[in-house]
Amino acid sequence: MIINHPLLGPRDASEFVYLGDESLINRPDPNSEDADDRFYEYGYLRDNPAGDLRELWYHEQGDRSWLVVTRNTLTHEITSVEMARDVAKAKGRDK
Amino acid sequence: MQYSGFKVFLEGLRGNKGWTPAWREPDPKSEYDVIIIGAGGHGLSTAYYLTKVFGVKNVAVLEKGWLGSGNIGRNTTIIRSNYMLPGNELFYEFSLKLWEGLEQDFNYNAMISQRSILNLFHSDSQRDVFVRRANAMILAGADAELADEEQLRRELPFLDFYNARFPIKGGLYQRRGGTVRHDAVAWGYARGADRNGVDIIQNCEVTGFHIENGICKGVQTIKGAIGGKKVAVCVAGSSGRVMAMAGMRLPIESHVLQAFVSEGLKPTLPGVITFGAGHFYVSQSDKGGLVFGGDLDGYNSYAQRGNLPVVEDVAEGGMAIMPMIGRARLLRSWGGIMDMSMDGSPFIDKTDIKGLYFNGGWCYGGFKATPASGYCYAHLLAKDEPHPVATEMRLDRFKRGHLIDEKGQGNQPNLH
Ligand SMILES: Cc1cc2nc3c(=O)[nH]c(=O)nc-3n(C[C@H](O)[C@H](O)[C@H](O)COP(=O)(O)OP(=O)(O)OC[C@H]3O[C@@H](n4cnc5c(N)ncnc54)[C@H](O)[C@@H]3O)c2cc1C
Repeated sequence: MIINHPLLGPRDASEFVYLGDESLINRPDPNSEDADDRFYEYGYLRDNPAGDLRELWYHEQGDRSWLVVTRNTLTHEITSVEMARDVAKAKGRDK
Repeated sequence: MQYSGFKVFLEGLRGNKGWTPAWREPDPKSEYDVIIIGAGGHGLSTAYYLTKVFGVKNVAVLEKGWLGSGNIGRNTTIIRSNYMLPGNELFYEFSLKLWEGLEQDFNYNAMISQRSILNLFHSDSQRDVFVRRANAMILAGADAELADEEQLRRELPFLDFYNARFPIKGGLYQRRGGTVRHDAVAWGYARGADRNGVDIIQNCEVTGFHIENGICKGVQTIKGAIGGKKVAVCVAGSSGRVMAMAGMRLPIESHVLQAFVSEGLKPTLPGVITFGAGHFYVSQSDKGGLVFGGDLDGYNSYAQRGNLPVVEDVAEGGMAIMPMIGRARLLRSWGGIMDMSMDGSPFIDKTDIKGLYFNGGWCYGGFKATPASGYCYAHLLAKDEPHPVATEMRLDRFKRGHLIDEKGQGNQPNLH
């Protein structure tokens, strides 16, 4: 698989480390009332779809940036690659 | 029809005209007491023990493809009970004991061969960890034996004892471990279940559940709706997809695992051998091919095929302990979809939906579990309480903080 890095261009997937579902960006608020349940769901439950999945890849052997890659889990086809930072900011996070 | 050596002899004399199909191909009835989804190893063994040991009648197994088309027919066939944690080890030792009597029990030749499994270690600290695991195994009633370098040099002279980076310091043997003809396990359980009256319905994909007020009353399939007092999901790599139809999210990710077979060679490997410093394991099939594999590809996948970096990694692991395999040509490689759980251990449990049960999360190690998984799942289905060796394999264990994490990796499925 080739991941088209927004800054570095096409890079082999073996340069990256895989974390998993993009939703891992959305860390729950530890001070909320239902923090226990939210952290359980965040840490342990997954959608695990057959089809398009937005997922986090870390460019460990490269510029060490986190990317959000949209990839089809049935075909391994990659349709979009974004900087995770941009995705997080678009969700209202400061970094 | 009972199979036996005498029967083979007799049929030889009669021109083999007396053999009948090993199982029926029935149409689905409108309702069953228990519907099992997935005719893999676990689904079929569940049906077998449910009818044979627990006396449940009116059982169906629904399979989307043909029986045995999933991981039961794609794995590298290793059986062992060399785990450490009580939540696993008692279960896997129970499974190994069932393997030992299985062929007589279901009257089918599954070519069960207890040819031993050897986990190599490469440093003093790794030896200490293995000693600890060996002691845990012995406490659970399994067998374990430590071999030092000198013994291995005598028994397995082809290993690379001169490897500077990963010197072989010894290994942990489980002599009762070994290999089994994987397809024959599916066929044997299917035939056994069919003889007990189970309807095995192939080409019958389940497309939805019939759930009313939190109670599961049956399933929708491409062959129509089928009612079931209890519905038992047992679909391994498809767990996430199938449980999503019941609105459930699971502590599971689906990952692809590859395996490889070389051309046929004369007998070279006496048993199963695993590398302790990288991910590589190998055995030799009765046809002579070296059967080997290594790590997961590492990303979520339902594609049943992997990529080249892992092929390279597995080949490097092989060359590191056994340089002679560099001469063997690769015949085939393939992939299967693993239901990787958050702690590397499986689930055999009820769900919050009454009448809906779940068996899954087997990761890359569910073949060895086939007999015990079916037995314990059948126990749960028949009595609504877990079998004593499967009490920790619960879906809510992450919520309670009772993980069964053999490797201590945490909630990162691709590392288990
Ligand atoms: C390459 C590889 C090597 C492995 N090596 C080993 C090993 O050496 N030792 C070991 O212990 N384990 C090993 N495993 C793991 C082991 O094969 C699995 O954990 C085990 O087979 C899973 O249980 P099963 O046999 O019931 O799964 P499967 O055979 O996959 O059964 C699940 C069935 O469910 C069916 N299904 C799915 N969705 C639906 C639906 N909607 N409706 C109806 N049916 C459906 C599928 O078609 C399939 O037949 C390996 C796996 C792979 C891929």
